[in-house]
Amino acid sequence: MLLRIEPRPEVSRPFTCATPAIAMLLTVASGWLLFLALGLAPGETLYQFLVSPLLTLNGLAELGVKAAPLVLIGVGLAIGFRANVWNIGAEGQLTIGAIAAGWVALAFWGQEGLWILPAMCVAGMLGGLAYAAIPAFLKTRFDVNEILTSLMLTYVANLVLSVLVFGPWKDPDGFNFPQTKLFSESAILPILVEGTRLHLGALVALGVAVAAWLLLSRTVVGFQIEVVGQAPAAARFAGFSGKRTVWLTMLLGGALAGLAGTFEAAGPIGQLIPKLTPGYGFTAIIVAFLGRLHPLGIVVAALVMALSYIGGENAQVTASLPQAATGVFQGMLLFYLLASDFLVRYRVRLLAAERKLVTAS
Amino acid sequence: MVQHKGAGAARLELRGITKRFGSLTANDAVSFAVAPGEIHALLGENGAGKSTLVKGIYGLLQPDEGEILWDGQVVHPANPQEARRLGIGMVFQHFSLFEALTVVENIALGMERGTDRKALAGRIAEVSRAYGLPLDPHREVHALSVGERQRVEIVRCLLQSPKLLIMDEPTSVLTPQEADRLFETLRRLAREGCSILYISHKLQEIKALCSRATILRGGRVVGSCDPAVETARSMAQMMIGAELKSLARRKSKPRAEPRLTIDDLNLPADGPFGVALKGVSFEVGAGEIFGIAGVAGNGQNELTQALGGERQIWPGKAVRIDGRSVGHLNAERRRLVGLCGVPEERNGHAAVPDMSLAANALLSARNRTGLARGGIIRRQAAHGFAERVIREFGVKARGAEAAARSLSGGNLQKYVVGREVLQTPDILVVAQPTWGVDAGAAATIHQALFNLAQNGAAIVVISQDLEELLAITDRLAVMNEGRLSRALETTDATIEEIGLLMGGAHGAPVETTAQQGSIQNVA
Amino acid sequence: MIDTFVLVIATVVAAATPLLLAATGELVVERAGVLNLGVEGMMLIGAVTGFAVTIASGHASLGIPAAALAGAATALVFAVLTLTLMANQVATGLALTIFGIGLSALMGASYVGTPVAPLPKLHLPGLSDLAVVGPLLFGHDALVYLSVALTIAVAWFLKHSHAGLVLRAVGESAESAHSIGHPVIAVRYLACLFGGAMAGLGGAFLSLSYTPMWMEGMTAGRGWIALALVVFGAWRPWRVLAGAYLFGGVTILELHVQGANGIGLPPQVFSMAPYLATVAVLTVISAGKWRGRLNAPASLGKPFRPSV
Repeated sequence: MLLRIEPRPEVSRPFTCATPAIAMLLTVASGWLLFLALGLAPGETLYQFLVSPLLTLNGLAELGVKAAPLVLIGVGLAIGFRANVWNIGAEGQLTIGAIAAGWVALAFWGQEGLWILPAMCVAGMLGGLAYAAIPAFLKTRFDVNEILTSLMLTYVANLVLSVLVFGPWKDPDGFNFPQTKLFSESAILPILVEGTRLHLGALVALGVAVAAWLLLSRTVVGFQIEVVGQAPAAARFAGFSGKRTVWLTMLLGGALAGLAGTFEAAGPIGQLIPKLTPGYGFTAIIVAFLGRLHPLGIVVAALVMALSYIGGENAQVTASLPQAATGVFQGMLLFYLLASDFLVRYRVRLLAAERKLVTAS
Repeated sequence: MVQHKGAGAARLELRGITKRFGSLTANDAVSFAVAPGEIHALLGENGAGKSTLVKGIYGLLQPDEGEILWDGQVVHPANPQEARRLGIGMVFQHFSLFEALTVVENIALGMERGTDRKALAGRIAEVSRAYGLPLDPHREVHALSVGERQRVEIVRCLLQSPKLLIMDEPTSVLTPQEADRLFETLRRLAREGCSILYISHKLQEIKALCSRATILRGGRVVGSCDPAVETARSMAQMMIGAELKSLARRKSKPRAEPRLTIDDLNLPADGPFGVALKGVSFEVGAGEIFGIAGVAGNGQNELTQALGGERQIWPGKAVRIDGRSVGHLNAERRRLVGLCGVPEERNGHAAVPDMSLAANALLSARNRTGLARGGIIRRQAAHGFAERVIREFGVKARGAEAAARSLSGGNLQKYVVGREVLQTPDILVVAQPTWGVDAGAAATIHQALFNLAQNGAAIVVISQDLEELLAITDRLAVMNEGRLSRALETTDATIEEIGLLMGGAHGAPVETTAQQGSIQNVA
Repeated sequence: MIDTFVLVIATVVAAATPLLLAATGELVVERAGVLNLGVEGMMLIGAVTGFAVTIASGHASLGIPAAALAGAATALVFAVLTLTLMANQVATGLALTIFGIGLSALMGASYVGTPVAPLPKLHLPGLSDLAVVGPLLFGHDALVYLSVALTIAVAWFLKHSHAGLVLRAVGESAESAHSIGHPVIAVRYLACLFGGAMAGLGGAFLSLSYTPMWMEGMTAGRGWIALALVVFGAWRPWRVLAGAYLFGGVTILELHVQGANGIGLPPQVFSMAPYLATVAVLTVISAGKWRGRLNAPASLGKPFRPSV
């Protein structure tokens, strides 16, 4: 029996929605095999990974805590990816955003005021935006590949943070640990559910996702982003400027990453430390793709990824599974997603069957 | 079944070749034969299945059914290497050359592996001298003219002493003079015993060159004839299938006030392979259709972009609409002052392939027809506008939500032209309006342009199809290396005159007289 | 003074070698028209595999080929996804890096802190003992020589061999190469596998010679710098070689300036040097308008699927 692969005349809608599910199933199946190979009980470990975090209030709240930055960054990246702008330095923009917000928090340390938190958010967004402006400028002015520059700047950003927390911003009463003072009360995000770490940032992230969805689906700017990404020549024909779109999407992505950094510093961490995130800036790339670059899809994808983080931590404790397993799962998920996307654009036909049809008719 | 008269074993014989792509049958039981030394035309409209058929002969596609006989033996060339070993050479319509590689490297790629490149360079020089196809083996291809590139392809075939040479629409990129030189080479090859399968839809060429023609329509052989005894008209009828409507030439109108004025337009080249526009000037009056002819790659794309606003021009007075300077405006703002355009490339330029027709309506019609207000998209309005274009231009599509990619070339072309025409622009700039479009769609598009002109719009048509320009324009001018010739009244213009203008500063005619005067005399 | 000079040069060579291996591999991949952004991931997989096999077998001579194989196997995943399943090359490359970082950390978890004997330096009696020239030219380990030899081999292959010509043709125009009968997809598969093997070797050099141990994420962005080097080298092997050594120099500068640092700048500031240098160099190269662009393979990153 022969297979024939043909491009579909139009992208398949059902498959577009089904592939994330297919990819997740394949990832779970691969996880089963991986755990077997590692000598762990697959069922038990998968249960720890995927189910047990959902059984407690605290687990659910943690899901929100970890999903919030992923949603913020993922939405920003997805808007860029739609325009074919490959900002992969969100981790760096997040770091600079957190530094800017931390600067505000430390400058007004001990002071009271409802304005401090908003000021931190503005500073954080400006920080991330300014840092994303560097690759945007280099790309639009000199045509420098933004993938490489934004990534290189991530390493630099982490070193800047390290300079600060090991040096001038180190808490003098911190037993020489590389960390700043704990932020004061008015620089900490309010908690939504008493007794958990779920903070206001989660709601903001949800609001941002909805706003981004409206932007992309209902406005000319959203249409412009889409056209620039899919057909640059058609964009020029339409009167849309490619460079302005690069600026717009990069700055937006940077600001949202900066906001995510602010929320991390002012939320679950409450200070600046050398390693602010377990790589949210990179995981958000997977989130963006898994969510089909659609803001609402990204909310779901971020929850899935958050689950993998919490599950990873659980499995680390109960099954002494290395934390790196989370990264393997995330990478695998993206592979499977990219692979199953084939079905969205191509259709596979059984040639033998087709022949029969032809002769029959 | 088409029998070839006279000769014994045919060089090439096809028996019942069928090739399907999904539900489309590109070739349907095609049979014909080519004798040794014969120049055999394969005639048909765009989409008649000519290219698919020869790809099967050259081993690029595998026919689903049927037999290929080579000197009486059944063969199944699985890839081009095997076809070349049999003695089949092919020159592609869109050349299969590599810009960044030298001539000798390009040719080595078409030979068996392990050819010594030094020795090859010598043989290239030899063959190109022998056939009057001058070539420098060590130049990189991107530095060559279109005519020279075609020579590279031909020399590549000749080096393998082919017994059958397939030429796919070889003159579509040549000036009439360059085409004449090509015909000489082909006649000479035929005299030496090489068969030539010549694919074209240009009737005059086939009459001049070929001793036999097989006519394809909708994937089937619909006839076979001797082009020398047929008229162009009778062959066209076989090709198109219906009785040919006489193309009535438009009567020139008295000149009105110019609506579009291009005044000393200069534009630097965009990138290493671009063409700079140098001092382009012309005027188009209300109700006038102005044609711009020329061989591809002489600045037509740049001119389309400069007129449509994809590239802005400072000072803006180089482009004026009703006296108002608009050169500095981008495409969106030029549309608002009444200038709409249709670029040459449908997919990815005039339309976004993966977006719906309704979304594609937003691309260029969002402001003039109110499909978006205050930055917010009005989806219903966009949908409605797309449906109106589909209805009024007879676009065959699933509806306004069908992806642009799912439409056939002709239907998408009707859609993108219709989208601009229904915005009732004051000025319409349209490039290659009927490129790759069937006769019916071409008639619809031409009619729409006539109607628009009738209502007082000024229209610029940029096309490589001289017959089209001669049929629909009032005046025309020729582009060559970024310069525009003086405008000719279409009724007074002759093909020869236009051809000379197209050749312009190409240098080819000069070379010809210097190196092969005898051949030129024959022509 | 001379001793210091020799020492500095030796460390430059060591710092340059992993970059050279990975960049030369990626150069071949890109000349075939494929953009594999997963170099960092492939290097890490190579590093951990080379390390693990060396520990398990006791022979680096087994560890090094294993690293190359592992790199190639990782590249195979990329090739299947992008060449057969037509996935987006940029996204797949990023996925490969994320996956490689995770998988290498998982594989290497039990090796953290395990020491391994560094690759032996080659010792040629007589030659290696020469003053200055000896240690400069004849005192490195086998992978250093291999990296230079492979770069020369790649340069020759691309310029003079028929297969190299086909590979360049495929990278210039997949459609044209296909239409005259060259197996585009097969060529691209082979190029990807070669690129993966070279990245694997680069990783093995890190874990077996440069810092003879395994550490999570020990490549520290070198895979990305290798990608930048290919652009810097304008897709030419010799210029990539020069670039790798230049960047090796920048990395080493950091160590030595740091040692002699009188101004009291924090050490991290010097660690930024290679990353900032990469950004600066990319900017200078890209700003040199069309020159570099002309060398870029014309169909780089564009998917190709022959019609059947």
